Amino acid sequence: MQAGSKALNERRDMSQLIEIRWHARAGQGAVTAAKLVADSALMDGAYIQAMPEYGPERTGAPLRAYTRICSEPIEVHNNITNPGIVIVLDDTLLNSIDVLEGMSDDGTVILNTTMSPSEARKALKAPDAMKVAVVDATGIAMDTIKRDMPNTPIVGAFSKVTGIVPVEHVRERLKITFGKKFSPAIIDANLESVARAYEEVRL
Amino acid sequence: MSSEAFSATGNQMVADAFRQADPDVMAAYPITPQTTIVENYAKFVANGQVHTEFVTVESEHSAMSACIGASAAGGRVATATSSQGLALMWEELHIAAGMRCPIVMANANRAISAPINIHGDHSDIMGTRDTGWIILFAETAQEAYDNSIIAFKVAEDPRVLLPVMTTLDGFVTTHAMDRCVLEDDQTVAKFIGQYHPLYPLLDTDHPVAQGMFANLGNSFMKAKLQVRRTIEGSLDVIKEAGQSWSDICGRPFDIVDSWGTEDADYLIVALGSMAGNARHTARMLRAEGKKVGVVRPRVFRPFPAKEIAQACSHAKRIAVFDRSDSLGAQFAPLGAEVATSLYNEGLSIPVSNYVVGLGGADVTIDEIKSVYSDLADGTGSGTISYLGIQE
Repeated sequence: MQAGSKALNERRDMSQLIEIRWHARAGQGAVTAAKLVADSALMDGAYIQAMPEYGPERTGAPLRAYTRICSEPIEVHNNITNPGIVIVLDDTLLNSIDVLEGMSDDGTVILNTTMSPSEARKALKAPDAMKVAVVDATGIAMDTIKRDMPNTPIVGAFSKVTGIVPVEHVRERLKITFGKKFSPAIIDANLESVARAYEEVRL
Repeated sequence: MSSEAFSATGNQMVADAFRQADPDVMAAYPITPQTTIVENYAKFVANGQVHTEFVTVESEHSAMSACIGASAAGGRVATATSSQGLALMWEELHIAAGMRCPIVMANANRAISAPINIHGDHSDIMGTRDTGWIILFAETAQEAYDNSIIAFKVAEDPRVLLPVMTTLDGFVTTHAMDRCVLEDDQTVAKFIGQYHPLYPLLDTDHPVAQGMFANLGNSFMKAKLQVRRTIEGSLDVIKEAGQSWSDICGRPFDIVDSWGTEDADYLIVALGSMAGNARHTARMLRAEGKKVGVVRPRVFRPFPAKEIAQACSHAKRIAVFDRSDSLGAQFAPLGAEVATSLYNEGLSIPVSNYVVGLGGADVTIDEIKSVYSDLADGTGSGTISYLGIQE
């Protein structure tokens, strides 16, 4: 049922609305990852949104992207200012951007870094209640995809840490999305990167 | 039959609606954030999925001129534009309506320069509100699809024969990925039906002249009056088409979408995606026991004055959100329409007008809450202010 319905008068439980904010540099594939998460959730029948924050498209410039997931139709369209989950694809952003801005203290951060979880927690100045997960998504991408594309592996880490989307759905969705553009070898490398990040992510 | 749910942007959905309508001619010029509508459509043409003659032109002025020519010739015609492109079409927009060309055009609602800004607001579309075009606003990508299908049905109805704009908010709706469904091609083709032009220029057995000189006496006024009465009357045709589409697809079509208006003391009236933000916030406040509601016109031209007045009739105070301004006027476009609608129905309800989200500025939940609390406090009635901007 879409917005505009008479059923809008029914009470909806929007407490289940999951809001994810992505921090990355342009060219790292954050938008693709934001969409991959949304599409994977849609396979479970969820309502979804995925969008970048549109700005100057310069490779290397900091950017944000957003994913929303809910069991109910999503009516809100603004940028996500109070995310429950933050995913950071480049740890050099921590020097210039407050990636935790607007987050509640019990949120979850997933960081692409070679730092240990405790080093990352310190670098983020994360409150004790916050869940901080680290994964060397860049290292995994260089091993598997042979390019610095941390976006697909980090979705595997996201699946493991949050349990919001099963990793099988991520893999299945990735085959569909990438199948239109890439060779089987590249798709297999991406699938492997997802599996590895799923195993290697640490809290 | 509806497809499985899938993810798509508003622009993809509009392109698909156009594909299913299969116009004879599309003449278009790319502009952000409309580009992917035309880009997707060009692929349909290249892949042989449509029968459309795609005319590449050097400007939007030419795009609309070609559309008018094709429509006058007797073809089903569609195009898409945005912002400065829509502005460049301005003189042709009047001609399309005056010549009764049932062109369907998608507009990705966007700011107008200066300063330069490519993001979503309604400054472009509101500049065309007096041209004689029917104007539909979509809240979601799904509605952009549904409105675009209904647009052909309404435009080509012999009772209407006016151009229709099917609009969606720049980036927020054009580019964000949302959960959508498509109806199958046959269903859409059957719903829209064949276009039977009444006086096609290419019917050489019945020669006609179009876009004639009407420079003496009152013939010009008579022609304009016909357009006025026709666009007023088109509201019933839009309701009828919307209802029959709703019966087919199972999604509601309300000229005015009202939420919580039965018992709400305080209402926000808003167009397009901004209404979703307001409703999302209103739900939160309802959960706290606050009597708030949201009213959203899905049709802006013709303006559904009676339906708006009815939806607002129980409210104590009303705030109208405008995503554009009518600089120098007392109220911005939607604010002025709502206030006039209430006045004409004898309703004396205080209205405050907020200009919001210009140039894609985010309107936060806290800001929307502050408007509801201003309404409860009785501050701001009869005034216009820019939400979130310190003066």
